Formats: sequence, structure tokens, C-alpha cells
Amino acid sequence: MYRQKYIFLLPGLLVLVAIILFPLLFTIRVSFSSWDVYNPGLNWIGGENYARLWEDARYWEALTRLSVLTVGTVLLQYTLGFALALLVWRDIAARRFFRVLFLVPMMTTPVVMSVIWRTIFHESLGPLNPILDAIGIGAQPWLSQAGHAFAAVMIVEVWQWTPFMFLLLLAGLLSLPNEPFLAARIDGAGPIRTFLSVTFPMMGAISVGAILIRLIEASKLMETVYVLTSGGPGTSTETTSYYIYIRGMRDFQIGYSASLSLTYLIVMSVALTLIAKALIRLMVKDRT
Amino acid sequence: MRTFYLALKYLAVLLWSAFVIFPFLWMISTSFKTANSVTAGAKWLPWLQFEPSLAGWQSLFGGVGGINILKPYANSAIVTLSGSAIALVLGTLAAYGLSRFTFKAGPLGNGDITFFFISQRIMPPIVLAIPFFLMLRFLGLLDTLPGLILIYVAMLMPIAVWVMVDFFNSVPRGLDEMAWMDGCTPVTTFLRVILPNALPGLVVASMFCLIFGWNDFFFAFTMTFTEVQLLPVSLVALNSSVTPWWSLSAAAIVSVAPLAVLAFVVERFLSRGGLAGAVR
Repeated sequence: MYRQKYIFLLPGLLVLVAIILFPLLFTIRVSFSSWDVYNPGLNWIGGENYARLWEDARYWEALTRLSVLTVGTVLLQYTLGFALALLVWRDIAARRFFRVLFLVPMMTTPVVMSVIWRTIFHESLGPLNPILDAIGIGAQPWLSQAGHAFAAVMIVEVWQWTPFMFLLLLAGLLSLPNEPFLAARIDGAGPIRTFLSVTFPMMGAISVGAILIRLIEASKLMETVYVLTSGGPGTSTETTSYYIYIRGMRDFQIGYSASLSLTYLIVMSVALTLIAKALIRLMVKDRT
Repeated sequence: MRTFYLALKYLAVLLWSAFVIFPFLWMISTSFKTANSVTAGAKWLPWLQFEPSLAGWQSLFGGVGGINILKPYANSAIVTLSGSAIALVLGTLAAYGLSRFTFKAGPLGNGDITFFFISQRIMPPIVLAIPFFLMLRFLGLLDTLPGLILIYVAMLMPIAVWVMVDFFNSVPRGLDEMAWMDGCTPVTTFLRVILPNALPGLVVASMFCLIFGWNDFFFAFTMTFTEVQLLPVSLVALNSSVTPWWSLSAAAIVSVAPLAVLAFVVERFLSRGGLAGAVR
């Protein structure tokens, strides 16, 4: 009826299609070529790149590591974020101050803070080890041992992104209606009982939303790793994005890294879709 | 029992506050140090534990072992602001269209088009890095500001559409219909009636655009070499084997400060409960 409706949609849609969809289709074509620094160009080598990545242990290890890191940090962020949101939800002095304070890490540039965290984790000059020493845990080889470096990456991710969970969950808590809580109080339910059978069920939909957004963002993880550990020691903290970056932008194996990144995209989309379905079934009672 | 519970609550809040503040305090303290006070081990208090110096802050404007931060700062501001502005205009228009009219392209309807916009956030940057790189090289925009702006528009538009579709869906349609009866066309309806009422949504959308634009490192890093340097890239470049911790900290403070202030704006919207709808 209105021709004018296209004035709204088309500019944005066309820009996005031009900037993202065409390059992506081009990548699919590139992944079937042996484009590298010596032979730049689109030849056809069939599925050779895909056969190579099937055998590429370092790629699959990075993918497994990324999955553990993503699920681990997001679960931590969700638990901590929910706890913090409940803490400053009501009945606490200076709650607006604490709310702002808890949000601040999310506003900071991840790489910039990672650079600072790197000085904090410094084994002899950083401030963390003296503190651990003082409380009896003892100094730790933060960035030079595999397990510790992994933990360091997780700590930084939790510091940076728990605020995001906190933001969404607190927004959810603040928009809850008051009546169910009154009813629970009249029935004489204690705080734990109220949380389990009133608060948590009502927060189901928003929890799933927040967890999914964070899973998507966390599965792209690369910058923190790049600055904090450069994937090391060895390849012990290398994530998928970082490995593809090394192959593509550093070794300039364009064809091969195209096949790596497409496989990564497919694996991730499938995994996230399955997780989304499972979470919705598990946590959202009424689908409104 | 009740006081015990309350004490536990405050203890937890204070512990997390300490964790949050820790890196900031460390970076402020470090920014006033010199090589000597850094290599003497971890110290926190100026005058008492180490002799403060302004060397780190002076190095922000050139000098030995420092960076000139003004140019990257301006670059970051230009790219973030223009990228966000263009993404907001295109995203808001598209969001209004998707929320008010029906579109059909073969089997695909409004829901699919909205999903196409939003799903771009799922794409890991590394997947797009190589095609972007080749595309910008083809256009001759590699290592230039317009090239980066183009990429930031693509990166930020999905966020704008996501927030605004949801927002427009919550604006009653009666508003549009009244304007139509008064003889407005869809375009004039949008400009005169809807846009003035869309301010809360626009604030949230632009906030997210600014955060993700200003904090991006990956594209700023892979799409530029020497000509154009954005703030995060120039900071990470300092992070070499012999890092001048004091310059690094001073630079980190100035680069993080503008958005930290934004946290106050976010909180204000939070207490009005305007953010919850966007997630569901």
C-alpha cells in the first residue's frame, strides 16, 4: 500500500548486505582456493583445505579450549552477576553508587585493561603476588604456566563481563511486579524459598537472553588472549579466533584460514542453536 | 541472625567492589611512577612508598619512551562518532520500517529480515577480517579513516536495529494512525511524530554503539598499518618487552575515562527499568 515503506528498510539492508553478505560469499569461494602469500589468486583446489583442517590437531584443540573457556566464564559471570544484582536490588545503603561501580568494568576497553592486568599478573613486579603471599596462598607463576595462564584469562574475562550480566539481570529484577513477593511474604516464605519459587522462575526468560548474548560474545574471545598471553605459554591459551588470526593475517594463508573460519562459524552456530533450544526448554516456563 | 545476614551482604558487596576497583587503583598509582619505583616491586602509595613523578603523564604528548596520544585519540573519536551516527540513522530507519510495515521477499518475512540484521552480531570478527581486508584493499580504503568507518557501520548497525525494533514495537501504533489521518505520509509521520518520542530508545542504542565502537580493537588493529592508528592499537603497541608501565597507565586512564562516565547515564536508565525489554 505504501511505496514509501522501502525508504526505511532498504538503505540499512543494502549497506549490510554489501558490507557483510558479499564478502562472506566471497570467503566461501576463497576457501576452495590455495590463496597464500606466494600465489595470490582464486584457483580451484576442491576440498583440500577442508581435508587439511580435519587433520589439524591445533585447530581442534583451540576449539575445545574455547568451548571450555566460554562455558566456564559465562557460568561464572551468570552466577556472580545474579548474586550481585540481588545484593544491590533493594534494602541496601548507597545502592545507586554500587550499581554504577559494578557497571564500570564493562565500559572499559578490553585490550587496554588487559594491558593493565598483564602488569598486575607480573610475577615479580606486579601487585597480585605480594597480596597472595600476605594471605598465605603464596606467589603464583601467573603467565608462565599453562593452568595459571588459563585462570588469568578467566579472571580478566570475569572482571570485564560480569557487569554485563549484572546490568541485564538487575534490569530484569527491577521490572518484576511486586504482587508475587507480597503473596510469598503472606505465605511466610523465607528469603531462600522466595528466591527459588518466585524470583528465579520469573527471571527465566531474561536469564536465557543474557546467557545467550554472553555465550555469543565470549565465543569470539581473542583480544584478551592476544594481549595477556599471546596464546602462550606454548599454545596453551590459544583460542580459535586467535589461531585463525595467526594463519590468516600473520602467515597470510588466506585460502586455508577462510576454510578454518567458515568451519568455526558453522560449528558455533550449530552449538549455540542447540544450547539456546535446551536453555529455553529448561528455564522458560511460559513462552510469552 | 538478621544482623549477621546483613553483615554478610555488605561484606560481599565490599569484596566485589574491591575486585572492581583494584586495577583502577593500580593503574592510577603506576601512572605516577618512574622506572626506579616500578622495578622496586609493587608499591601503592605515593610519597610514602615511592617518589611520585609526572613523567608518565608528560610522555602522553611525545618525548622519550612515550606516545603522542592526541592523534590516535582524535582518530578514535572520529571513527567511533561517525560510525555510530551512520549506524544509528540507518538502523533506526530500518527498525521503524520493520516494526510498522510488512515486507515480503519470497518466503522471507519481517521476522527473517530482523533476524538477518541481529544475527550479524553472532559473526566472529575473525570470520569477516579476511573478506573485509580484501574488500578495503580493492576499494583503496585500507589504512584510512573512511575504511574503518565503513566497517564500524557494519559492526554497529545490528546493535542499533536490535534496540530500536524492540523500542518501536513498544510505541503504540495509534500514534502513527492518528498522524496518517491528519494527512501525514509515512516519512513525515516518522520525522514529526515518532522520532521526537523515540529519544529514550535512541539514547540506549547510541550508548551501546559508542561502547562497542570505542572499545573495538580487532578491526582497528587488522585494517590499519601505519597511517591511521586508533587509541587501543597505539596503547597495545606500547605493550612490548620493555614496557614503560607509567606511560601505559597514564594512557590507559585517559582512554578509559570517557566511557566510565557513561556508566552513570546507564544507571539512570536502569532505575527506570527501560533496559529489560530489549533482552526478551
